[in-house]
Amino acid sequence: MALLHMQKTLQGFPPQPGLSRFTLSEVFVETAADAAALGFALARLPRGQRPVLWVQDRVSRKESGYPSLAGIGPLRPIIMVNVTRAADVLWTMEDGLRCRSLGGVIGEIWGDPAVLDFTATKRLALRSEAAGVPCWLIRRLAHPNLSAARDRWRIGARPSAPHPHDSQSPGAPRWAVELFRSRHAKPGQWVASYDRAADRVDLVAAVSDRTLDAGDGAAGQRAAG
Amino acid sequence: MERQGNAPPDDIPLVLARDGQHGPVVHAANRAARLAGIMAGSRVVDMRALCPDLQVAYADQAGDRAALDRLVLWARRWCPWNVRDGDDGLILDTTGSDHLLGGEAAMLVEMETQLSLLGLTSRLAVAPTWGAAWALARHGPVRAICGAEDMVVKLGALPVTGLRLDPATVLLLRRLGLKTIGAVMDVPRLSLTRRFAKAALPTNPLLRLDQALGKLAEPVSSVDPAPRLIVQSRLAEPIFDPTPYLPALCADLCDQLQQAGQGCRRLHLTIYRTDGDISHLSVAMSALSRDPVHLNGLFRDKLDRINPGYGFDLIALEAADLGAVKTVQSNLDGGSDDDLELAHLLDRLAARFGDRAVTRPVLRASHIPERAEMRLPVLADAPALMPVPASERPIRLLDQPEEVRVLYAVPEGPPAQFVWRRQTHRVTRYAGPERIAPEWWRDRPGTRLRDYFKVEDQIGRRLWLYREGLHSDGRGGDPRWFVHGMFA
Repeated sequence: MALLHMQKTLQGFPPQPGLSRFTLSEVFVETAADAAALGFALARLPRGQRPVLWVQDRVSRKESGYPSLAGIGPLRPIIMVNVTRAADVLWTMEDGLRCRSLGGVIGEIWGDPAVLDFTATKRLALRSEAAGVPCWLIRRLAHPNLSAARDRWRIGARPSAPHPHDSQSPGAPRWAVELFRSRHAKPGQWVASYDRAADRVDLVAAVSDRTLDAGDGAAGQRAAG
Repeated sequence: MERQGNAPPDDIPLVLARDGQHGPVVHAANRAARLAGIMAGSRVVDMRALCPDLQVAYADQAGDRAALDRLVLWARRWCPWNVRDGDDGLILDTTGSDHLLGGEAAMLVEMETQLSLLGLTSRLAVAPTWGAAWALARHGPVRAICGAEDMVVKLGALPVTGLRLDPATVLLLRRLGLKTIGAVMDVPRLSLTRRFAKAALPTNPLLRLDQALGKLAEPVSSVDPAPRLIVQSRLAEPIFDPTPYLPALCADLCDQLQQAGQGCRRLHLTIYRTDGDISHLSVAMSALSRDPVHLNGLFRDKLDRINPGYGFDLIALEAADLGAVKTVQSNLDGGSDDDLELAHLLDRLAARFGDRAVTRPVLRASHIPERAEMRLPVLADAPALMPVPASERPIRLLDQPEEVRVLYAVPEGPPAQFVWRRQTHRVTRYAGPERIAPEWWRDRPGTRLRDYFKVEDQIGRRLWLYREGLHSDGRGGDPRWFVHGMFA
């Protein structure tokens, strides 16, 4: 079983899969009641106390709730923007990515709106890379159609790790993570576990008899996208 | 001058108190209290002994001062050059204004009438100097008018308290046998000078006397209202869209702000329509700004809300909520100012989506999850200190907790299985309960307690459920179950 520690590096090409420069990552969530993708995205934001711009459309908020500061931790300020239409979500994200002082931009869009096309995602990706601000686009009940996102993930919940003191209660969260399209890394499936105290994500190969190839996305390994 | 807005009847002795060194002292007294022998400056407990049915209220000195400052501006209806005098008076420079109101006597009557319509009693006097007017208004006859030639005679009859001296000096003069201003004037100047040569102005009767007689200048320096920063664009013919004119207006306004060393937090755009109507548009900013490009950008999506009617021919842009802004040098290495960028972003978002759509969540001290978080408008200032939640909380909360159907093994225990959004979740592991009692000081009587469980279902989704109430609490029927949030 291959174990990888994903460290949060600030710049440069990291060797680990999926940990690319700050860019646009798209996450697909199977069910509305699954907060695994948000946990993963939050754990992957760079450390520090820079504020996070969080944009939700109306349906996402109604169906899957709103981010709770008590659970995320009060150390990271959140700027919450609630809008009605997906076009406004994209406009806000794009506007936010002009600002280098943000710690990250997270947008939630429900379904497959027509405005969320290749051009829109390309604009987000270029802006995010130019500003050096990570951008996460969370999509629920959506089809992975054409997109310029550099990394495209499919994330769901997995039964949690055993609780160290209480066998009956859920322990540290685990997520089923699938990188199905990536520009810089080799796609794959992992089980991610999150260590809250150290703020660290560990990726374990989902299939235990296959060793994980820690390639750096050089020629020949690049996935289409 | 006494405020008489909703004054109690005049026959009840009433005093206003302020905090003194040894308990409250009398700040001001009404007529009935003064007749009962109560003096300002004495202790309230002593005066209670003197007058057992004394009513005491606390004085709002800052409020009185602010009200007097407003009255200064209001009094500009008679003459343009006014100033507040101490805590209980106004000085109006009526030079050249009295003939507009029919002479000095008529002017005083007019002033007293207007002030009484405001609910204020006043004592007025006209004199050539500040000091003489002060003394005559307080100690002279009703509506005293005093010219330059009879000033010595009229002032001479007044007591020495009319010289604006502090109580110790007044007491000293009394002990010297100088009871009136005339008596002080009669003393040879040399001997008084020897006595008071080094005394400061409030303790120096000679200087005060010179001021009252006009031998020592005491100019009135009126307050200036802050200048309005406003730019206008007058158009040759009516138009419907102000967009092409806004950049120039913003640039002009920012030039003015730059010269004044100020920035604004609010902009008012007013257009004057040809049919005589006007329409307004306002934008607010989170930080003081005088950046023309930024200010212009805030109007970008709002201009279609203006109703141009048949067109408009005058556009005015006014800066409000002004504050001093220091000129800061931008980074030499080409980097950008982080705070400024963020402030500009928030302004743009708030201008486009409104103040209520862009919020900043902050934590409050409450155990009820929906009350533990409050949303502040992002243009407001954030509190410095936030309470930290005691136990683990989900990273998502639902706006409204959603009711679920639950199977449980024991009534007070965790759920075994529940149906939420038409899906069956089988509970494999759980943590809890965490009991959160209603806040009796806020909730309606009969509100039930909540027992929160963190449960994990068969595919690993971690949800936050709660049972509202107990079976035996006597606050309704069987307890109901709700899903309230999701853990990561």
